[in-house]
Amino acid sequence: MSDFSQYLWVFIVGGAICVIGQLLLSYTKLTSARILVIFVTAGVVLTALGLYRPLVELAGAGATVPLTGFGYSLAKGVKEAVRQSGLLGAFTGGTMATAGGIAAAVFFGYIISIIFTPKTKK
Amino acid sequence: MKKGNQSPEQQAYLEKVKQYEPKSNTFSQCVKAFIVGGLICCLGQLIWDIGNNMFTFTESQNSGFTSIVLIFLGALFTGIGIYDKLGSFAGAGSIVPITGFSNAIVSTAMEHKREGYVLGVSAKMFLIAGPVLVYGISASVVLGIVYFLFGIA
Repeated sequence: MSDFSQYLWVFIVGGAICVIGQLLLSYTKLTSARILVIFVTAGVVLTALGLYRPLVELAGAGATVPLTGFGYSLAKGVKEAVRQSGLLGAFTGGTMATAGGIAAAVFFGYIISIIFTPKTKK
Repeated sequence: MKKGNQSPEQQAYLEKVKQYEPKSNTFSQCVKAFIVGGLICCLGQLIWDIGNNMFTFTESQNSGFTSIVLIFLGALFTGIGIYDKLGSFAGAGSIVPITGFSNAIVSTAMEHKREGYVLGVSAKMFLIAGPVLVYGISASVVLGIVYFLFGIA
């Protein structure tokens, strides 16, 4: 069980990553879609450079829950898969490691969108 | 209109527009993003701990489990209209976590419901989330090829 200090790191690192996103939103006028694209790609690149893993070890979900963590899972998965099955792994590894999340996003996204209708906006 | 390609009148106009734009207080926005984003991550850690202690998942199973639960929660709270209220308060604090990814899916899907279930909901649900998958997965394939060619893995 994680103790309080573990949660403090989760909070600080997760919050800080969101602040980077907020600064991009405020100062660059990038749309949120572009920011998400930048974050996931940055996650892959930082993991490849070996810079993201220490952050995950320090902050757990503080580093894996932001979208950079999705990039981390992709990069981590592809490394293991290439080790096991060579070039084939370059194509299977990333999606395999994130399959649960992708399938959940497709399935729950579809079901919830069908059940609910958008609230009238103010 | 491309930047640097504007007539003096246009530049003067843009300057004028800037004066009337609502000045969002970047510092307080950052504080809100920090708090909400940090709390969503703590929720993720809580789910992770539950997976670890109650279901004794392996690390990769548990990261899948945590993502699935968070994505479900993000989708559900978007459906019942709470997540978008949170978003107008928290800015990037609700966009950057993985719950924001499922929020992007559900909110665009619901918006295009009138266009039908195939070309409306199913096609438009990936308007924002699609690029994330395209860039993320493509980056991982490129990385995999690099690992393969240089034998780093």
